[in-house]
Amino acid sequence: MIAYILRRLFQSVIVMLVVALISFALFRYVGDPIYAMVGQETSLEDREALRELLGLNDPVVVQFLRFLGNAVQGDFGISYRLQEPVMELILSRLPATLELALVSGLLAFVFGVGLGVYTALRRKGWLSNLIMSVSLIGVSLPTFLIGVLLIWVFAVELQWLPSFGRGDVVELPGGWRTGFLTESGRASLILPAVTLGLYQMTLIMRLVRAEMLEVLRTDYIKFARARGLSNRAVHFGHALKNTLVPVITITGLQLGAIIAFAIITETVFQWPGVGALFINSVRVVDVPVMAAYLMLIALIFVIINLIVDLLYFAVDPRLRVDRANARH
Amino acid sequence: MSKPQGLLARAWDSDLAYSFRTTPVAIVAALVALVIVLGAVLAPWIAPTNPYDPASLNLMDGFTPPGVENAFTGNSYLLGTDNQGRDLFSTILYGARISLFVGVMAVLFGMVLGISAGLLAGWRGGWIDTLLMRIADVQLSFPSILIALLIFGIASGLIPPDRRETMAIWVLIIAIGLSDWVQFARVVRGATMVEKNKEYVQAARVIGVHPFRILTRHILPNVMGPVLVIATISVALAIIAEATLSFLGVGVPPTQPSLGTLIRQGQQYLFSGEWWILLFPSLTLLALALSVNLLGDWLRDALNPRLK
Repeated sequence: MIAYILRRLFQSVIVMLVVALISFALFRYVGDPIYAMVGQETSLEDREALRELLGLNDPVVVQFLRFLGNAVQGDFGISYRLQEPVMELILSRLPATLELALVSGLLAFVFGVGLGVYTALRRKGWLSNLIMSVSLIGVSLPTFLIGVLLIWVFAVELQWLPSFGRGDVVELPGGWRTGFLTESGRASLILPAVTLGLYQMTLIMRLVRAEMLEVLRTDYIKFARARGLSNRAVHFGHALKNTLVPVITITGLQLGAIIAFAIITETVFQWPGVGALFINSVRVVDVPVMAAYLMLIALIFVIINLIVDLLYFAVDPRLRVDRANARH
Repeated sequence: MSKPQGLLARAWDSDLAYSFRTTPVAIVAALVALVIVLGAVLAPWIAPTNPYDPASLNLMDGFTPPGVENAFTGNSYLLGTDNQGRDLFSTILYGARISLFVGVMAVLFGMVLGISAGLLAGWRGGWIDTLLMRIADVQLSFPSILIALLIFGIASGLIPPDRRETMAIWVLIIAIGLSDWVQFARVVRGATMVEKNKEYVQAARVIGVHPFRILTRHILPNVMGPVLVIATISVALAIIAEATLSFLGVGVPPTQPSLGTLIRQGQQYLFSGEWWILLFPSLTLLALALSVNLLGDWLRDALNPRLK
């Protein structure tokens, strides 16, 4: 087990190094950093002096190591566009994205598992058929279109919910600005969270349904029924429990996708998160922000993958036994 | 029973054509896709107006609802007009043209890249296989839209600002293509590894056929089935990816709007009640993506020998 964790950790470090290399290349070779930092009037000598001061004349390896050292300390330089330290920009916007992603993930998981179990148990019911058909359309609709349509129905026509922004936020100790504590904050969260979670919900629902149908056919379910266990115990104690291994994996991996797709949702709803920041920096080629966002997303993905792999061990005892046997 | 003669007759008689004739969903999807594709390809000839020609626009025509006569000019438009008085029907035809062009070209690019990588990895094995598949693994763990965005961002940075607008479409094609080569590479690699040990390949090697010829003439035709399925579904995904990027404002320039750009523009007028500017491009995009998707699903089932 420890050897396995170490190997996974090693792989994660390699991936992060590769991403760091890409970020560094981006930083160093896309456009001229000096050109982006100084005004038109700066003389050639001043530019050269700045170049020397920033160490852009050093060997590339030294520059890369310095970039790594700075990155580990959270220093990604200054945004070309906003003239503020990149890390502060990202940190001030991260809570908005994380709150949105968390609520979407929860929505997707709860409704996905619930509807999946329902459609698997009532396979022939009209409601199940309806849910399945609607989910097919949900999968084909691009995320941004779902968002726009939701705005149209719930913000423009019905005027129930706000169509953009986060509403009022409350600053918690530690600088975390949360929208959970105000009424307008919670109302503003609903449409973006549904938009972002809908695709993942249909995915989880279909997965749970397929896995449940598979498990319900197995012998141990028949045996559990033969023992006279209640439907409830069979369905939830035996069947659902055994479908959860792949569901947890997929949900975990989808959490990364949710954070990435937040780019789209945040643009549609003008949500002040990291995704919107990234899109704006891509539009004007604000390299430091792009590089930092890339590293951040890669880090989140690597951590999620690592946790999911470790969860495997926690959820599926067979893996532990196999490993132990293999060692003997 | 005598076999029917001629290519068309043989095609009509094939298993695939039979499956197509007996699947209503496939026929409807194919018809919808065909109508949109024809409309897009023939746009310069069938569109009532040319939306790229500023001289043909009349600002007085702006915001004309669909099928209603404009109060100032008396003109009436099938799907209405946008803020500048552009006929929405024509704009959608031209937009679908760009969306389709980018989608198909991106998939072709990704397909050529993926097939080459897959053939190479499967045929040679060894470190080159390990390297290519590790890259594929890492890329697969990130959503493709993020990869496309990143490549688009990098490429825009490498191109001088004054040429960014004109090259945007090609950058977009490369970005989307690079984001979906992995699927092709994996399938082709697996099939190549199976095929290369079969006797007909061994025989070809023994008589000294050049490896390139073996790969392209012997192995490739045998792996084309699954590649075709992936390609079809990829076109739908690429069209959605293009629309998403253009919606985010990093895709095609606003002077040459694709369906995604049109939806982005339409969103601005939702609150003032001009719903048609949003609705019709959205419906076109949805119909296009859904029909191509359904065709891909049908093709996958029809070509899958296990389901027969």
